[in-house]
Amino acid sequence: VATLRMQVETAGQRGDVALASSSGTATVHSQGVPASGAALGLGRPAFDEEIAAWDVKVLPDGRGLPEGSGDVWTGDEVFAEYCAACHGDFAEGRDAWPVLAGGFDTLDDRDPVKTVGSYWPYLSTVWDYVHRSMPFGAAGTLTDDEVYAITAYILYSNDLVDEDFVLSRETFGDVVMYNADGFIVDDRPVTEYPIWTGEPCMSDCKSAPAEITRRATDVGVTPADDGSMAESQMEKELASLGGVEWGKERVAGSVFMDPNAEPEEEAAAEEAPAEQVASAESTTDATAAAEGPDPSLVAAGESAFRQCASCHQIGEGAKNRSGPQLNGVFGRVVGSVEGFRYSNAIKDASSEGVVWDEETLSGFLADPKGYLNGTRMSFRGVKDEADLAAIIAYLASFQE
Amino acid sequence: QDGPDPLIIETQDWAMFTGDAVDATPYGMPIRFEADVIRRNVPWLTADPISSINFTPIHALDGTITPQGCAFERHHSGAIELAKEDYRLMLNGLVDQPLIFTYEDLERFPRENHVYFCECAANTGMEWAGAQLNGVQFTHGMIHNMEYTGIPLRTLLNEAGLGAAGDLADKWVYVEGADASSNGRSIPMEKALDDVIVAFKANGEALRKEHGYPVRLVVPGWEGNLWVKWLRRIEVTDVAVESREETSKYTDVLADGTARKWTWVMDAKSVITSPSPQQPITHGNGPLVITGLAWSGRGKITRVDVSKDGGMTWETARLGRQGDTKALTRFYLDTEWNGEPWLLQARAMDETGYVQPTKDQLREVRGENSIYHNNCIQTWALASDGRAENVEVS
Repeated sequence: VATLRMQVETAGQRGDVALASSSGTATVHSQGVPASGAALGLGRPAFDEEIAAWDVKVLPDGRGLPEGSGDVWTGDEVFAEYCAACHGDFAEGRDAWPVLAGGFDTLDDRDPVKTVGSYWPYLSTVWDYVHRSMPFGAAGTLTDDEVYAITAYILYSNDLVDEDFVLSRETFGDVVMYNADGFIVDDRPVTEYPIWTGEPCMSDCKSAPAEITRRATDVGVTPADDGSMAESQMEKELASLGGVEWGKERVAGSVFMDPNAEPEEEAAAEEAPAEQVASAESTTDATAAAEGPDPSLVAAGESAFRQCASCHQIGEGAKNRSGPQLNGVFGRVVGSVEGFRYSNAIKDASSEGVVWDEETLSGFLADPKGYLNGTRMSFRGVKDEADLAAIIAYLASFQE
Repeated sequence: QDGPDPLIIETQDWAMFTGDAVDATPYGMPIRFEADVIRRNVPWLTADPISSINFTPIHALDGTITPQGCAFERHHSGAIELAKEDYRLMLNGLVDQPLIFTYEDLERFPRENHVYFCECAANTGMEWAGAQLNGVQFTHGMIHNMEYTGIPLRTLLNEAGLGAAGDLADKWVYVEGADASSNGRSIPMEKALDDVIVAFKANGEALRKEHGYPVRLVVPGWEGNLWVKWLRRIEVTDVAVESREETSKYTDVLADGTARKWTWVMDAKSVITSPSPQQPITHGNGPLVITGLAWSGRGKITRVDVSKDGGMTWETARLGRQGDTKALTRFYLDTEWNGEPWLLQARAMDETGYVQPTKDQLREVRGENSIYHNNCIQTWALASDGRAENVEVS
């Protein structure tokens, strides 16, 4: 039974907000809305159950951690199932996804490797983030015990705990994060503002005329002006960069993702299996060609495929991303792209020899998790039947 | 012109036939001739386009207001669809009465209008170690500037009552979104009570899906990551939550490996948007308008200087309109160009007296392993053929 919190009746009891004004940057509000005043009585009291459902934060001191526990070895298994496709078996990171382990003592390098081990100051952050936001595409689906286990495994992969470690509310406080003392509060008001404040120089500001020291065109990683530069072209250019230290590894990785991404090797490794798959498809190829997919349906499918394109590539040079590349998928055995890490559910279907055809693709794409319990494909499903038929025709048109 | 212009002396189709009827586009898009004015991304920046970012085409815009349709997007788990009728906002924690608001509830609070810029902390981050991306859209396009309509956050906090919070000086407000990432961030109470807005309209229309429809947070002058989209929960806490986005990301590593945290403010910055690599001079010699944008998270822009020789000499530009606090300011230098090779730079000053630093000055203080909060002076090398290129200078 839901428990309604005691409604506080009057505005007076709620107390008015005192406006902080100690900051020199406080803004004057000229629109005439009172800065403080009586509450309007809008909204309704929150139920405890509602707060419990949404307020899942864990604070640095461990407040907010639920009951439960997880050990390193369970974490190893759970990590392999839910995390390793992006973060690697040993939390070393795959493609451009974040690396979670290692990188110790690199923070003063020009290319710091910022992992849970080398950089993250609070253990609570790991638990909270895995719990609320992971796995990517299926956030909030892990049990509390699984989150404890995954967190324990990430700690272990960073040598921060022993292999017999069990993480729980009780042991949370025992873990010492490597970079716990590595942060200072923003000190720009002291270290920067005084030296960059005042009347600036207007003439004869340099001892010698300015000379160009670096050019962006020497790096050559800018997308074409029409936005058309394909990733493969980009990677070709990156491959030609050689030792340019502010190239992809340096900058791309450190801005958002994994600093260790090496796309050239990745590309070489993934093209081979694609060819193997293609040659194995020759018989199906003939069948499909005989029937010939309806061109207008294929065109409609190309448009509808946009909802798949975030995770799947298709066509010339397609590579595995979050999902496997899809060239030749129509007519081939489920789970047969080499180098892609499939879920156990897909592997089982593969060993049974299930083939992607009209029927299986329709069922799967309409409701992935309903059709194949255990698939990692985090997609709500194609709800429009016309879109479904078009997408399948589009997939079938890539038989080479 | 050798003779009379056919466009003038001959009757053109558009002067003879009728154009579109009024309902041809019930909600219009730009005319097709402007089809290149679009957001663009840099595919190699991120592992996939869901947790990613794109860039505002600032090279092709003028004035200060960014149209929503081309304002940069940054998502951590993709742009979600959340209907107004499904929208709920929770306010809990150290408040007298935890409350739930619907979208309709929010529309009944007194509201305000303010123009503010929103800049990603990583804007210009790819340029730390050297000139890299050859276009102002890519070097400076993680920014937009809109007129927001919304409710001051302090009004909502007042509605729930802050008596339970006791002394407000050391309290925090934690905010999170309804999307799968939730992107939680902690904001000190002083800022929360100052100018933070819970917004539901931008530039007069509903927020676009990619900007947090139906409700987002607006945190003036502070890094874009704090501007939580699809805002679903506001909690008063006694400590900073130290979420993933305020520890592992959006912190600034210095040369010795120590990192600055809570670096929320975006310092004064400016950039020339035209001429620039995507906006070369094509009209030949003679009168030239140099224009660009300036902004400061610490107040109003008071002055912008422009250099044509890589920082040796400077002349003061004209502001399109007097600067608004924590909003984009447009500047113009009405000048003449006769094919000289120039090294173009802009340098902003704000009302605190702060002067935008050079990249070398930033590196001297912070080292070279930083990413965020790069507000350095940008250089474009203008060649005698009118093309411009992203460079660094001595």
